[in-house]
Amino acid sequence: MKIIYGLTGAFALSAVAMAASAADELPACENCVDELTIVSWGGAYSNSQIEAYSKPYDALTGVKIINDESSNEAVPKLRAMNEADNVTWDIVDVVASDAIRLCDEGLAMEIDADEQLAAAPDGTPASEDFGDLLVSECFIPQIVYSTTFGYRTDVEAWGGKTPEDICAVFDTATFPGKRALEKRPINNVEWALICDGVAKDDVYDVLSTDEGVTQALDKLATIKDQVIWWSAGAETPQLLADGEAVIGSTYNGRLFSVIEEQNQPVAMLWDAQVFDLDGWIIPAGLSEERKNRALHYIMFATDTQRLADQSKYISYGPARKSSAPLVGKHAELGIDMAPHMPTDPANATNTFLYNYEWWADNRDDLDAKFQSWLSQ
Amino acid sequence: MNATAQSSTEVRGAAVRFDHVQKSYDGVTLVVKDLNLDIAPGEFVTMLGPSGSGKTTCLMMLAGFEPATHGEIFLNDKPINNVPPRKRGIGMVFQNYALFPHMSVAENLAFPLEIRKLGKSERDAKVKRALDMVELGAFGNRRPAQLSGGQQQRVAVARALVFDPDLVLMDEPLGALDKQLREQMQYEIKHIHESLGVSVVYVTHDQTEALTMSDRVAVFQDGVIQQLSSPDALYESPQNSFVAQFIGENNKLSGKVTARNGDLCTLVLDDGTQVQAEAVNIGEPGARSTISLRPERIELQPSESRDNIVDGVVKEVLYLGDHLRIVMSVAGNDEFIVKLPNGGRKTIPVEGQVYKLGWSAVDAKALDAVG
Amino acid sequence: MSASTTVSSTSGSSGASGPLTNDGQPLKRSLARALRREKFRALLLISPLLVFILVSFVMPIGDMLFRSVENKIVEQTIPGTVRALASWDADSAELPDEAVFAALADDMMLAQEIKIHTRLGSRLNYDQPGISSVFRKSGRKIKGLDHEAAMAGFIAIDPAWGTPEAWTTLRNMKAWPGKFPATAQSWDNWKAWYLSEEKEELDPATTIPHGFTYAALYHDLAAMPASSIDAFATSKNTDAAALFKNLVGQVDSIPSDDFKAQFADIEKGWAELDNWQAIQRLSPRIVDSYFLAAIDAERTAEGIESKPDNERLYLKLFVRTIFMSLVITGSCILLGYPVAYLLANLSVRASNMVLILVLLPFWTSLLVRTSAWKVLLQQQGVINDLLVWAGVINEAGRLVMINNMTGTIIAMTHILLPFMILPLFSVMKTISPTYMRAAKSMGASDSLAFWRIYFPNTVPGIGAGSILVFILSIGYYITPELVGGTTGVFISNRIAYHISSSLNWGLAAALGSILLILVLALYWTYDRIVGIDNVKLG
Repeated sequence: MKIIYGLTGAFALSAVAMAASAADELPACENCVDELTIVSWGGAYSNSQIEAYSKPYDALTGVKIINDESSNEAVPKLRAMNEADNVTWDIVDVVASDAIRLCDEGLAMEIDADEQLAAAPDGTPASEDFGDLLVSECFIPQIVYSTTFGYRTDVEAWGGKTPEDICAVFDTATFPGKRALEKRPINNVEWALICDGVAKDDVYDVLSTDEGVTQALDKLATIKDQVIWWSAGAETPQLLADGEAVIGSTYNGRLFSVIEEQNQPVAMLWDAQVFDLDGWIIPAGLSEERKNRALHYIMFATDTQRLADQSKYISYGPARKSSAPLVGKHAELGIDMAPHMPTDPANATNTFLYNYEWWADNRDDLDAKFQSWLSQ
Repeated sequence: MNATAQSSTEVRGAAVRFDHVQKSYDGVTLVVKDLNLDIAPGEFVTMLGPSGSGKTTCLMMLAGFEPATHGEIFLNDKPINNVPPRKRGIGMVFQNYALFPHMSVAENLAFPLEIRKLGKSERDAKVKRALDMVELGAFGNRRPAQLSGGQQQRVAVARALVFDPDLVLMDEPLGALDKQLREQMQYEIKHIHESLGVSVVYVTHDQTEALTMSDRVAVFQDGVIQQLSSPDALYESPQNSFVAQFIGENNKLSGKVTARNGDLCTLVLDDGTQVQAEAVNIGEPGARSTISLRPERIELQPSESRDNIVDGVVKEVLYLGDHLRIVMSVAGNDEFIVKLPNGGRKTIPVEGQVYKLGWSAVDAKALDAVG
Repeated sequence: MSASTTVSSTSGSSGASGPLTNDGQPLKRSLARALRREKFRALLLISPLLVFILVSFVMPIGDMLFRSVENKIVEQTIPGTVRALASWDADSAELPDEAVFAALADDMMLAQEIKIHTRLGSRLNYDQPGISSVFRKSGRKIKGLDHEAAMAGFIAIDPAWGTPEAWTTLRNMKAWPGKFPATAQSWDNWKAWYLSEEKEELDPATTIPHGFTYAALYHDLAAMPASSIDAFATSKNTDAAALFKNLVGQVDSIPSDDFKAQFADIEKGWAELDNWQAIQRLSPRIVDSYFLAAIDAERTAEGIESKPDNERLYLKLFVRTIFMSLVITGSCILLGYPVAYLLANLSVRASNMVLILVLLPFWTSLLVRTSAWKVLLQQQGVINDLLVWAGVINEAGRLVMINNMTGTIIAMTHILLPFMILPLFSVMKTISPTYMRAAKSMGASDSLAFWRIYFPNTVPGIGAGSILVFILSIGYYITPELVGGTTGVFISNRIAYHISSSLNWGLAAALGSILLILVLALYWTYDRIVGIDNVKLG
């Protein structure tokens, strides 16, 4: 009890200290509303944002922040709001692919990183600090998460072997048991091609041809009867915990909580993890006052310190290069968070770069083919 | 009391016989207490009684829908306690007719015949005959819901009879009809019974129905047959005050038996008046008794000498067309009714006046004491 | 009494006009007026409901039907291109000519300025995978197009072409906009572009358009017969005549901006024939492409054809949806009938208890219920554990009861069971027990009495329950998504995907419309076979 109290006390102290330091740099918001509706995913993730961004921001500005947990349906809702010409959201947390889609649809506002975001403490402009994670003109990345595999460490049939690389997923002889894969083509077809001998750099060139798609699906077909297809990120951890699946893909944060928080006999396979991004967009068509407030919040919430703070509450890597050294310990477990970051050098020895542009173009087409293949 | 319930006609080869039948639903109270009843072939027996008297339970035991707790029921001298309803071959008319709503009238009638695996032509002939019998020959294709209440009633009767059962049970079949239709149906059922010669067990709480239609009436009360006799005997010579009270209108005069001489006896009413009555069901002298006196047997201002002459005060006079109904206060009974036939010549009694009332000793039945 | 005598006495005298009321009005009209007032009041009473139904049912369905064919985005975003492309022969194996590219440059200039070009790209991408990046990548680079060659050409012929007055003259000509369709379109684009860029209305007295409009003018002139230009040069409109005088015979000398080549440089997709064929195919405001996609077909050069095997999806899903909904309905009847019978024949107290148990699932969240089925049915789940423990199956033979069709059928039957039980229960309650007694008294055995008497009377309940369960299950998607694996998903799962994920609302609407038509067709069939009067919902 006492220790926990001491801990939270320490955090409160540091939060105040940080807030003070930020207040010096944060310019006042001119011509802004005093209310902000922030849409995110809910659960632990929203919580980490509230702790790391919203509470300090509220302490600084006194702005009333309304949290909405609608991110999983943000894209259709934003389109509906836009059609009705009544956008009620100010800031929306979405994954990068959705951000690209929203930007394409004209539903998200373009943001100039260098002009409208804070520079790194050493003066590096935001566009460089984020680097190529700025995958869309409307998108300010916030965290890097990865889709990777977790496997049970107690499978007798494996005879003591543990999966070393991604292709273990396709090796049902050495690693028998059910696999959990996401019920969509993204990531799966890339892994299939890599394990079918296609060089990482050529994956999207191969996928751009009909033969390449067939090749990927044929590779997946070799394990099709062993796959449980998931559609919600929480499914794989559950399947692994139940022993229903022996190896499965999901988001690294989910695996972190199964391994570290629930102490299940599950281990992480970082090989060929696919980085993905989550971040903010501001809906198009806001009034000037609301837009100013949203930008003001974003400038604060995506600065180097704030992004690093978030990783105390959740095991996702900050999107700024300058935040990496500031990543500390988990707020409750007290363990060092850096080794659990997908961006940690030890974990990121063999990562796969997800081609947003390619998927934005081919997602629907490939999805139809994938679903057709699934139903055969 | 059971002595009175014993059947007067001990016929061998009874259509139905209840032999010491008892019925209890909850294992605590008996709904039917030691019922003994013989019904002759071709007889029309009505079970009459207020609701809760056990008459319907008796019918359901006979139909086979309720098992008897004790005793045996015989159908044509065969015990049927273990025979399921469908094998008893009894026709039944239900309270709300229970016509199958999804079948036409003809299909309803054909249903028992189909079960008996009759050929189509035979079936059609029987259905037609049964429908003609109830004068609904043209209604074969209608649905029950398209018929009036009286027509449905007739269909129900026809359906109970169409497979030529020896015994037909009717459970308050006229209860849902209006008065006029009810009277008409009473005659129709009576006529059908007479022409077909089936045995009928009829349950009702309506005494008029019971009196008009039955060969014999069993009056039920508290799970016991209070009296089983022909309608006229029931009216003219009730065996106890419940029957007297339940059948027809009745004036009660209560008093004490002072002497008994043959069929007659002498009583002192509670106000001291001495009267003579027929000794039907009385105790020893000194015992209390209730005299039952039909209102139409009383003469107002009797011209000749009668066995009994009593003073009465007129309290109310009601004009009912064919007769006058006079409410009087007689010997402590403030609701003493006198029915005066409307002869058109007599003067109407005046309220508040005292009149002499007279009646014969044989019209006054001294019965068991009430209350 | 008096009213009736009045009517009878006047009816004789008024003859054909019919009876009159006491005040001499024709009875018919008076009655009609009274009824009308009555009707109006009744209508007023139900009007909130009417509005509600209109807003919440009729309009969304109408909107859905409309969306499944609506396609004005192409014409709205690149109107000039659509117009210029109309005359292009898609089978010619040649790219559209320069006029089309010029119009495209002009349209795209405005579209990227007001940021609607990517929206068009994603719309076209539904039918032409890959085209969205063509639009996305071109957007920024459009500004860099060289577009002043034609303009310079015009001014070289006559410097007057470089003045605002020239454009005023042109726009005042009788032939404007009829003979200058591309130019007129370009002028409108320019006006809109100017407004967006400069945040103020364009003043035609002081401004000349950008080079794209000159290019459009060149293409309009080039498309005219030479005689038309001669006619302009000699027309009574002296301003126009002056303007066109020097153009006679000179039009061909005006240099081209060669947008065709420039576009090919920006993005090689613009040099691909099938992209252009897709744009032309999708130019109309009303298209059948969504419906074709919804039945696994597409429009090719040879006409409407089925898609290749590995892309066929929807027809299979429709068949599966109908089949599984029927199976679910059937199993709901099988399970619900005895329960409803029990409910109808228990004492009120006990039946209330059972009814609560039946309704209990409604009080828990759908997700919880579905997850509970996972725990029960999965291979390491309760049922399999029990079976292994009991020795019915061995460890290797654990049953696969979830993430397939079986899982969906089990979970959905459970979820929809109350919708079968409740109508059945309400119908069974009205069936008097004396029917069965009557049947038995006539000699029917228990089973015969049930099948001939009881069962036919419950058919309206079965009908109502089946309609409810079938229609609900045909539109379900959450449960199949969670427990259906790959073989147990419904068409609704794809509709949900297109609504929330791909944003292809047109296809979702087409799929929804087809589903609606299927349901109506089944309803019609049901009505023909069983009769809809024979359905009792309460």
